[in-house]
Amino acid sequence: MSEFPGWIVIEVGKYVDSFVKWLLSNFSPFFDAISSGSMWMLLRFEGLLYWLPWWIVLLVVLLVSWKVKNLLSGVIFASLVFMIGLLGLWNLMIQTLAIVLTSVIISLFIGVPIGILMTYSNRVNSIIKPLLDAMQTMPSFVYLIPAIMLFRLGKVPAVFATIVYAIPPVIRLTDLGIRRVPREMVEAAHSFGSSSWQTLFKVQMPQALPTIMTGINQTTMMALAMVVIASMVGAPGLGMEVLIAVSQIDIARGFEAGISIVFLAIIIDRLSQGIAEKFKYPE
Amino acid sequence: MVKIKVENLTKIFGRPPRTVLKKLQEGISKEKLLAETGHTIGVNNVSFDVHEGETFVIMGLSGSGKSTLIRCLNLLNRPTAGKIYVDGENITAYNKAALKQYRKDKVAMVFQHFGLFTHRTVINNIEYGLEVKGIPKKERNEIAAGILSTVGLQGWEDKYPNELSGGMQQRVGLARALANDPDILLMDEPFSALDPLIRRDMQFELIEIQAKLKKTIVFITHDINEAFKLGDRVAVMKDGNIEQIDTPENILTSPASEYIKEFVKDIDRTRVLQAQHIMFTPSALVTPRDGLKVAVKEMQKNGISSLFAVNNARILQGLVTIDDAIRAINENLTLENILNHEYHTTGPETYVKDLIPLASESKYPIAVVNEDNKLLGIIVRVSVLSSLLA
Ligand SMILES: Nc1ncnc2c1ncn2[C@@H]1O[C@H](COP(=O)(O)OP(=O)(O)OP(=O)(O)O)[C@@H](O)[C@H]1O
Ligand SMILES: [Mg+2]
Repeated sequence: MSEFPGWIVIEVGKYVDSFVKWLLSNFSPFFDAISSGSMWMLLRFEGLLYWLPWWIVLLVVLLVSWKVKNLLSGVIFASLVFMIGLLGLWNLMIQTLAIVLTSVIISLFIGVPIGILMTYSNRVNSIIKPLLDAMQTMPSFVYLIPAIMLFRLGKVPAVFATIVYAIPPVIRLTDLGIRRVPREMVEAAHSFGSSSWQTLFKVQMPQALPTIMTGINQTTMMALAMVVIASMVGAPGLGMEVLIAVSQIDIARGFEAGISIVFLAIIIDRLSQGIAEKFKYPE
Repeated sequence: MVKIKVENLTKIFGRPPRTVLKKLQEGISKEKLLAETGHTIGVNNVSFDVHEGETFVIMGLSGSGKSTLIRCLNLLNRPTAGKIYVDGENITAYNKAALKQYRKDKVAMVFQHFGLFTHRTVINNIEYGLEVKGIPKKERNEIAAGILSTVGLQGWEDKYPNELSGGMQQRVGLARALANDPDILLMDEPFSALDPLIRRDMQFELIEIQAKLKKTIVFITHDINEAFKLGDRVAVMKDGNIEQIDTPENILTSPASEYIKEFVKDIDRTRVLQAQHIMFTPSALVTPRDGLKVAVKEMQKNGISSLFAVNNARILQGLVTIDDAIRAINENLTLENILNHEYHTTGPETYVKDLIPLASESKYPIAVVNEDNKLLGIIVRVSVLSSLLA
């Protein structure tokens, strides 16, 4: 048996390390701005959710579910949230929700314009497509590496990693949604002398909205799926609970946190699907 | 007045399009070009005028380039070569801003599959063009409401297009185009997707609307009956070329090629041809002053048993039959005494369809007269019947 010759091994890591150091020393204002921007948003959401009395939160869940689905789902979803409170995990839930919400909203602000650009430029399309494919085939742990390299530990790298992991659906479905608008409809818009912006905002985006909403739903679900992994870089919340329980083999604690995440997933999935449904037009 | 003037318009699909122009001039065929370079000829060196207020129909088989041609008129297709003048301005030279303005002000399109915005209500669809123009909400609402009743869609304003039947959807498409009050209406097979009955209604309605609004219409169809019904003039296309441009009657009576003959074969000719197309000048006439003897002689000479009497201004006086004339000579009567009025008269623009019953019940020729009762020509039964045959 012959071993791989050690003398030709190159230490790429060293170069990457120095590249990141170079990035940080030269562009630190940029990364600081991103960092404080997302932190600001995160704290706003956290602040808002903490500020709301618990029963208001339940009421909002009830009413929204009633509106987009029906009264029964409203009651069920509100009781699920209530149960998370009963398990003593209310504050952790809020921390988790704040991270998920922040990640999703930043994903939308970045993802929707990228999706639009992809439909307009084949060049952008041919760059982004393989990138998205790569992002979706990579194990989600891998995203933690650039996240800690650029943002150290804490909530911000957690948000960063979550965005990188969760953003592909919203980009893809924005692109798909706009591409699927019937050609005749777009031509009709042009034939009335619409500018590109008018066509985009009056015809293509509204037409693509149901598809984009599906993308938002998927992005949200992926952001939620990332919470345990994101907690490895120091994001507090239900994910952290699960991580601790696993490392201590604490079944009770793991179950409680795990089931809470499942509840959140069910509620968020159903509600965002319900909302997406509302954006469909009569067929 | 010429509204649209198209000069040597060529549209080639495939990249880059201009490289094959030379081959085209050398007269390469569509199939050959496709095989050699992969380019498709959409429209090949076409020239024509459309007059103001005219309904100009473009007809041809599938793939003959009708859509390509009409889409050049609002530059949804960029011409590869040639010029298009609208009101004397060369629109192919327009920059982006001028093109937008042209589309907002002068031209609107109705699409085969309607092209309605399914996320907007009927009224919001109709308002679209006005919205793009930046007309205030209240004003455009009023305009749209007016158009809505023109096309008979009152009560449907808040429905979504997909809740409407095909015929109604195309009414919305028509209304949306009319709302902009364009000079030119481009209609690419607007009724092809509709079933025959609805289609007839829509054709009828278009004729009515056109009588009121007097737009310049370019209308595409592959249905010759539709073309002849609606068109003031009809252009027949084949493989990107225009084979013939003429009035429906002239195309019917003198088709320029076998291809066109094939087309007109299954047309209902009686709905296209009018009295003036099948009438002929009578070989003999008499005036009252000529007297009976002349009348009899003329009938003998021409081998006919009756003839029309007119005065010097060719105003129709009546009919003289051979029996009456001979009887009158024996009884010493004058020509005026025996004038017969049992024949039918008709205007020059009556359709042959409406002459058939007259021709079959009458034993005398039909007199074609103008509003002053001046005799323009006569129609005999056999010419009505033979017009039914191609
Ligand atoms: N965007 C395009 N790219 C390439 N070729 C095209 C394009 N549009 C039309 N063509 C070709 O140009 C020719 C004329 O097509 P066009 O659509 O004008 O025909 P048409 O007379 O409107 O037919 P139909 O009655 O089926 O609508 C066809 O051979 C068609 O394949
Ligand atoms: Mg066509």
